[in-house]
Amino acid sequence: MVSPLAAVLLIFLVLPIVLIVIVSFWRATEFSIIPAFEFDNYAFLFGSPVTYTVFFNTFKYAVITWACTLLIGFTVAYYLAFHIRTLTWQIALFLLCTIPFWTSNIIRMISWIPFLGRNGIANSTLMSWGVIEEPIEWLLFSDFAVILAFVHLYTLFMVVPIFNTMMRIDKSLIEAARDAGANGAQILWNVIIPLTKPGIMIGTIFVVTLVMGDFITVRFMSGSQSANVGRLISNDIALLQYPSASATAIVLLLTVLITIGILLRFVDIRKEL
Amino acid sequence: MEPRPRSFYILSGFFALFILFLYGPTITIGILSFQGEGGGLTFPMRGVSLHWFRDLFEQQAVGDIWGSFRRSFALGLMVMVVTVVVSVMGGLAFRRKFPGSNILFYLIITSLVIPSILISLGVGLLFSQSGLNVHWSTSGFGAQLTWTLPFGLLIMFAVFNRFDKSYEEAARDLGATSWQTLCHVVLPIIAPSLIGVALFGFTLSYDEFARTLLTAGSYNTLPLEIYGMTTNVTSPVLYALGTLTTVFSLIIIGAFLCIALITNRRRARRTSDAGKGEV
Repeated sequence: MVSPLAAVLLIFLVLPIVLIVIVSFWRATEFSIIPAFEFDNYAFLFGSPVTYTVFFNTFKYAVITWACTLLIGFTVAYYLAFHIRTLTWQIALFLLCTIPFWTSNIIRMISWIPFLGRNGIANSTLMSWGVIEEPIEWLLFSDFAVILAFVHLYTLFMVVPIFNTMMRIDKSLIEAARDAGANGAQILWNVIIPLTKPGIMIGTIFVVTLVMGDFITVRFMSGSQSANVGRLISNDIALLQYPSASATAIVLLLTVLITIGILLRFVDIRKEL
Repeated sequence: MEPRPRSFYILSGFFALFILFLYGPTITIGILSFQGEGGGLTFPMRGVSLHWFRDLFEQQAVGDIWGSFRRSFALGLMVMVVTVVVSVMGGLAFRRKFPGSNILFYLIITSLVIPSILISLGVGLLFSQSGLNVHWSTSGFGAQLTWTLPFGLLIMFAVFNRFDKSYEEAARDLGATSWQTLCHVVLPIIAPSLIGVALFGFTLSYDEFARTLLTAGSYNTLPLEIYGMTTNVTSPVLYALGTLTTVFSLIIIGAFLCIALITNRRRARRTSDAGKGEV
């Protein structure tokens, strides 16, 4: 029963990772890669100040995006789970939130151009209101645009797991808290948030890994002006420097896995499904 | 019904803004794709025309859009079928502990959280080093499965966690073989969630970019083609293509939701005949 699954994961997940590890010790010339066992790629990686800036950038994007998606995602899930009273409406509004997830990410990134461009909707609206005199230059092709796109693309990954855990909270617990004299804020803080933690953790895992592994959003939305680790790897690949791309990829993978390992200490995924 | 608290209205406003944030940009490029002939990438509209759509259908200067669409569609169907079958088999297997089940579970999680570019790079290296050609239907197909299978499996885990085993026991007590139990009892019960798995399988494959980047070979899939266009096409033809693919995605989603709705209705109508004296 389980062999097709194991086969797919072995051939397209385990073997590729093993190969990346091996190639990360190889040597590259300008047009080919040569089997070797040397640590030059890692030495170069850790010796270069660029690496640290880029890793710092990656974490920066991850943390800011995490905070924004958590705030928005929690609020939306809370509204759907506790303020919408019929199941039909809950499902309908929930689907409304999830539909963009099934459309193309690249198109959704492109669709910010008419909003954020120099002559875009945001700038012309602000100018017509007299808030600004000159068009703001940093709306498109900046860190702001990168994080906006991340939040736009990935908030859903917070909404779904948080909504899922909230729907399983026993409503009588909330009634009990109210009977015991708690006000709305106290119920939220002392009852709902603690019970929603597993969902928050799962959402966090999704958002953090998606942002840390991304290379395309950063490239597109920053207009190639900012870099994260994913872009470092994809640049190396474009230059056919597979060994150094592999070394960076391994360091990225370890970083992501350690982050996930820490997060998994707080939640048992199999119990939460 | 008790009256709505004030927070309800504030949160409703927030939710409306969120929906606007989600859909606003897409709707904007939908409108802008009808930009007049002389118009640019942003407002104002210089007239309304189908010029940019006609451009898409006529010239081939922007690349092989229709070929890439056909490939993406075929690949989506392949990935969908395999995802459904393998996820169901995996879900069934995971109901019991088996040797290596823990390792396999963590592999599934790894497959979900691993940065996509590693799959792209690794599968690309695997094929080139073993002398095989990368092609969307082999390496691209496998690379996409590493993304769709975890979703399919997580859905199946959730389904089987809530599955009432007494149905199976009843079937077995009535003398059904395990194959009969599977076909006539288990699969019909989980059928609606399979529609969900299929939807995930198709759409995630159809839109997948990062994992196909180095594994599609010389024939692009649609997302790769669109990405190529973003670097060298700076006319609303990009929006026209974006609008068409989004509409196509919406049709697919709508079709799946309709199927789900109809199955549910039909099931509600054909409830149990227990106690009605029929044999």
